Formats: sequence, C-alpha cells, structure tokens
Amino acid sequence: MEPEDEIYENGGGDESARSKPIFSGEPLDIEAYASLYKDRTKIMRLLFIADHCGNDSMKFEALKMAYDEIKKGEDTQLFREVVDKIGGKLGEKYLMDSTWCEAVDRRAEQKKEKLDNELNSYRTNLIKESIRMGYNDFGEFHYAHGNLGDAFKSFVRTRDYCTTSKHIISMCMNAILVSIEMGQFTHATSYVSKAEQTPDALDTITVAKLRCAAGLADLESKKFKLAARKFLETGPELGSHYNEVIAPQDVATYGGLCALATFDRSELKSKVIDNLNFRNFLELVPEVRELINDFYSSRYASCLEYLGNLKANLMLDIHLHDHVETLYNQIRHKALIQYTHPFVSVDLQMMANAFKTSIAGLEKELEALITDNQIQARIDSHNKILYARHADQRNATFQRVLQTGSEFDRDVRSMLLRANLIKYDYNARSRKS
Amino acid sequence: MALENLVTQIQALSGNAEDLPQLHSILKAADEPLHADPSLLISLLDQLEPSRHSLGYLYILEALSSGPVSKEQANGMVLTIARFIDACDAQQIRLVPDKFVTICRRLKDQALLLEAPLRGVYPMLTALRKLAISSEHLTSLHPEFLLLCLLSKSYKLGLSILDNDIFEVDQPRDLFLYCYYGGMICIGQKHFQKALELLRNVITAPMNAINPIAVEAYKKYILVSLIRNGQFSSSLPKYTSSAAQRSLKTFCQQPYVELANTYGNGKVKELEDYVQANTEKFKSDNNLGLAKQVVSSMYKRSIQRLTLTYLTLSLQDIADAVQLKTPKEAELHILQMIQDSEIFASINQKDGMVSFLEDPEQYKNNDMIEHIDSSIQRMMTLSKKLASMDEAMSYDPQYLGKAGRERQKFDMDDFDNVPQKFTA
Repeated sequence: MEPEDEIYENGGGDESARSKPIFSGEPLDIEAYASLYKDRTKIMRLLFIADHCGNDSMKFEALKMAYDEIKKGEDTQLFREVVDKIGGKLGEKYLMDSTWCEAVDRRAEQKKEKLDNELNSYRTNLIKESIRMGYNDFGEFHYAHGNLGDAFKSFVRTRDYCTTSKHIISMCMNAILVSIEMGQFTHATSYVSKAEQTPDALDTITVAKLRCAAGLADLESKKFKLAARKFLETGPELGSHYNEVIAPQDVATYGGLCALATFDRSELKSKVIDNLNFRNFLELVPEVRELINDFYSSRYASCLEYLGNLKANLMLDIHLHDHVETLYNQIRHKALIQYTHPFVSVDLQMMANAFKTSIAGLEKELEALITDNQIQARIDSHNKILYARHADQRNATFQRVLQTGSEFDRDVRSMLLRANLIKYDYNARSRKS
Repeated sequence: MALENLVTQIQALSGNAEDLPQLHSILKAADEPLHADPSLLISLLDQLEPSRHSLGYLYILEALSSGPVSKEQANGMVLTIARFIDACDAQQIRLVPDKFVTICRRLKDQALLLEAPLRGVYPMLTALRKLAISSEHLTSLHPEFLLLCLLSKSYKLGLSILDNDIFEVDQPRDLFLYCYYGGMICIGQKHFQKALELLRNVITAPMNAINPIAVEAYKKYILVSLIRNGQFSSSLPKYTSSAAQRSLKTFCQQPYVELANTYGNGKVKELEDYVQANTEKFKSDNNLGLAKQVVSSMYKRSIQRLTLTYLTLSLQDIADAVQLKTPKEAELHILQMIQDSEIFASINQKDGMVSFLEDPEQYKNNDMIEHIDSSIQRMMTLSKKLASMDEAMSYDPQYLGKAGRERQKFDMDDFDNVPQKFTA
C-alpha cells in the first residue's frame, strides 16, 4: 500500500497486515456466559436470551439451563413460567415437576411461619439486633421465592434497627440488589448514595459494587456519560464478587461503549486507554479493548467491524439491549465527525472506503450531521468531495446585529402601541366613572 | 328664514379662529333642524365656499347626506364630498372629527354603491392626512382607506401609509381593522415580514373578549408565519391578553393549527393532501391562496436547507430530496428562488448540476453602511420615545392612583420597575 494513501484511509485498509483474529460474532456461548453470573440474575439473563434470541436451539439451551438453575433455588412461580415456556419440547427431564413445587411451597410455608414467630418474639423483647436479623431473614426468604416487592420492603425495614455502619451498608446493598432485579433503578441510585454517605465501613469491594450499581442506573436512564464515568471508576477488586448483579466483563463492555459514545478524544485517552484500573477489565473482553484502540487510532473500519460483530450478542444483554442502537449511532457519528475534523477537503470515496459504506449512504449520514451542525462542512456532490466550511465571523455578526436590531425595533413599537391602547382603556373607564 | 340666517352667520364667523367656537355652538344648536329636511339644503351649499367656511359646510353636507341616497344621486354626492375633502381647512374640520369621519364613511359607502372603490381612495387619503394630528396618529379613516385600497387593489398606495409608525389610537376597533387590512395589503405585496408584524399587533392587542377580527387575523398569522418562517409556534407572547390566549387556538384549530402541525412533520405530500382535503374551509375563509403558498414555501425551505449542506447537487438529487416529481420542476423552483434572491446559486444545464454559492453580501459597501446607520438612528429615536413615555407614565396621576391601590406601600424603588410591569 502506498504510504500517502494510508494517510487518507486512516489505516482502514491495513486490516490484513495486522492479521489479528477478529471476534467473529459467532453465536453466544450460553454456558460460558451463564457461568459468569449466579443467583437470580443468571436465571433472568437466561430467560431474557431465550425471549430475544429468535433462534430455537439457542432458546431451548437457555431455557434448559434456566430450568436447572431454578431447580436449585426455591422460586416455584418462576419455575412454572419456565416450564410453560419449554412446553414439553425438551423431553421427559424438563416437564412440570409438581411434587418438587409442592414440597418447596410447603417448606416455604413452614419457614415463613417460623420466621414470623421468631420476628414476633424478637419484637416483643425489643432486641434491636435480632429484629434486624429477623427482617433480613424475611427479605432473603422473599427474594429466594421471587417476591421482590416484599423482599425490598423487608430489607428496607431493617433500616430502623441498624446499629453500626456495617449494618447500614448491608441494608443498602440488599436494597440495591433487589431494586436492580425489579428494574427500579431510581431506588438503586438513592441507596447507592445512602451507602456512600457512610464511608467508614466501605471496603474497596463494596465501593466497586456501588460504582457498578450507580453505573447501571445511569445507563438505564440514558445518562451515558455519567454511566461511563461510574464504570471507569470501578476498582479491579470487584472481580467476580458481584456476579449476582454484574460480571467484570460487563463493566468493560458497558463502560467502554458508553465512553466511546460520549467522551472526546483526550478524555478517551486519559480516562479509558491510560486507565490502569480499567485496563484490567478490558483485558477480559479483548474485542472491546481492540475497538477502543482502533477508534482512538482512527482505524474506523476495523472499529466498526468489531462493533458490528458484537452487536448480536449485545442485543441479548439484559441491561444493554435497549441502548445498543443509540450508543452505536453516537459512536458512528463521532467517528464520522472525528474523521472529517482535521481536513479542509475530504474525498468521499476514500471516506466511504474507510467506513465500509457506499458514497450515497455516506452523503446521507453527512447531510444529517451537517444539518445538526455537528460537522461544519459542505458536500460537493458533483465531485464527491467534502469541503470544510469556516464560518465567517464578521458576516455572521453583521447578520445577527441587523436581525437583533429589527427585532428590537418591532418589539418596542408594538410595546408602545399596546401601552397606548391600555392607556386608552384607562381613559375610557375614567370618563365613564 | 332660519336657514338663510345660518348661512350669513357661517359666512360672518368663519373668518378668524376666535369666532370659530361661537359658530360651533350655533351649528350644534342648528344640527337638529338641519336634519329635519335635508332636501332644502342643497341650495345652501352653493352659497358657501368649502375652503373658507369648512365648519359650516361640513355640518350642512353631513345633514344633506344623511338621508337615503339613490344610485343616481350617489354619483353627485361622491363628487361633492370629494371636492369638499380636497378643499376643506384642516383646522376647522378637526373641531368636529366625528362629523368629518361620518361624511368620509358616506363617501366610502357611496363609492362602493357605485362599485367604484377607486374613486374613494384618493379623497380618503387626503381626508385622513387632514384629520390626523401627526403621522403617528391613527384616525378612524385609516381602516376605511385601507379597505378601499384592498377593494380597488391599489395595494401600493395602501403601503404608503403602512410605513408610518402608529402610536396614538382613537378607537381600539380602528387599530384592529387597520392592522388586519394592512396585513392583507402586505400579504398582497408579499411583504410577509411586515404583514406578520401587523397581524401580531391584532392578536396581542389588549382585549377583554375575543373578537372576530382577531380570529381572522390569527388564521392569516398562522399561514403567513409558515410561509415566511417555515414554522409556527402556537405559544403566544406572554403579554397577550388572556382572552386571546384562551380561545384563539380553539377557534382556529381546524384546519389552521392542524395545517401547521402537518407542516411541522416535513412531508410535502401530506401537506398537499391536507390542503386538498380542506379546500372548502380555506376557500370560505378566503385563505385558499395563502394555503397554497404555504405548500410551495415548503419546497423552498427544503431547497434552502440543501444550500447549507451541499456545494453542488444534481437537479435529480434536489428533486428527490425535496420530493418534487421531476428535475425540471426543481429547476423552475430554483430559478424562481435565485430571482427572488432567496438562494445564491447557478445552474449548469449541461450536466444538470446546481452549484450553491455563499451569500455575496460582504457588509462592506456604502448602501449597507447607510442602512445600518439609519437603523441605528431609528433605534435611538425609538428608545428616546420609550424613555420619555416611561417618564410620562411614572407621574401620570391615574396610573399612580391605580398602582397605589394595588400595592399599599411603595418606595422609590418601586417607581423604577412599575412602568415595566405596566408596559410588558
């Protein structure tokens, strides 16, 4: 390849030269994926995949694993749902197991009674710590049986009986866990900030957990930049300690994509690429690491290719799927803007090559960006060249001044007129009286 | 005979300004007998000179014209009144503006009866110039004049008085009509900016109850702001009277506000269909022409948007982008827009390419500087006026009385911000 071409193509064409394996977008390895999580989120994620993958073999594999996983727990309601979904298509082993259900339900009934009695006796004796434990047990009991609302209430009730800051933290963590499962991210945010207000009992792992929870909440409310910051601040101590909510791989993916979509170049360099903490996470998902590096070194084609490959799997992520399109669009727009930024004129053909798209498509995208005033340029559609446009400050000022002047003129005149009319009304009234 | 007597008195007392009040009271007393038998009066008029005995002439002429007039008589009447208006003395007629306005209205009525509105236009212009104390004064004749201009399609003549800034108003109704007719004249001349201003004055004028003039003005306002600005915001300025805020939109919801919403969606086809579907309604409001202009303004706006994004673009692409059927149509639109200097572009017919150019205005030439200078002067005059009015208001006893009632105590600070509250 000619060296000068490389300048224009921004390294988009030397893919083969680097010959590094690209994540091929092969269907998600559900078993590996599921092993990253535990407890309820594992089941929910499996069910989510089953609902959204649109591919029978994958769907039933996910359902099968969910079935096995639920059998380990005590949530009979969820169990019935999954059995319904399977609908007997997985053979004898995955049918409705009513004996198990009844046994679990009976045990649950007994346990509930026991907890109730215990709690009542604690309450009559007014032993704070025991009451707290009692409520906590209740919360865990409800959580295990899938009554998220009741679980949340019980956990929150322990608040009045917390005596040490450790208790407060554990109350907050429980509340956060349940509210994330419920999809009530506003609750999660408020308990995160509550926990952060008790700094003396925070260890590094808890801090990392709180960051993740806050990041998830921001992601959910589409505050991508804040979410990116939170994920990037997550300490590597997190490890797999929080896999009842999030896996470290997710931190890398969520944080990386949000950062790409919202950070400018220098932030990307200082907060993502040079961030030693975050590098640990990125190592877990090499595709995201590569695509961030590609983006930063302007190898857009390869970056977009990675993104394209990842897309199918990201769509199956319980937290990210709603935002994939938005994030992808933002990333693509940023890539387009960054590509055109340094040049006075850009050959659309080369640019289209770099972005692996057609000239017509590229023109449309550029047009939208120019209309949005995100790129200051104009397209020479005849010669297929994009010319940067430098705003003429002087002319613009003149225009603005004249416009402001005539607006002032108009407003003052109509104001005087109105004032006189009101005065007339006055006169008319005073004449009458 | 009493009438003969009256004539002598008119002749005797019209000579100098001191006698005029006396003559005025005599005439007032004689007004009723004069109206008793208008047919006798025609001979009296011949004994008076309109230029010297304007006051007396006016009284008699008013009484004479008060009866029913047949078409044949109307011709003569128009001539007489027009001649009087031309000759009369401004000082004298301003003593009885009501009578003067009445005979001018009769002139208009008879010109319309003769189906010759043009005959009324010039006399009316002279009349309103004589009656108005200054060019800032809006008389009751202004709207009549504009109506005649509209009916006789002499828009240019109408524009000549619309350039004056109006601050003094006799009757609010005059202002409503003046601004409404003025808006229509400006629309006819395609001075959309000015038309918007006039129509906005109607809509935002203080009013206690909604009136039909404001409703019609609002309909036109919606259409014109779509044509001129390519958008319409349904929120009215906060100084608009609450009556207008409350009910204007409901009166104009269908099809006007809906048309604006359709425009906002940016689909030419939908807009065309909407106008098509509501042709009858627009027609009955006499707004069909404007509604059609709204449609074609949408093409223009889309083309203008293209000039911001493209340096060159083929006619075919333009046609596709703005949803025109053929490149030929696009070419016609662009030609028209270049001619009206709405865009700056050149068409290369050989390969069907359009090159969009930058605005050649560099704000460097003499004309521009003069224009800017005159604008500055204008602003300065206006702000002086504003300041003096503000001052006048701050010691207006009536105003102070009201302001004092509203807030029991006020100190010096209140004086500064009270007038703003009042004018806003």
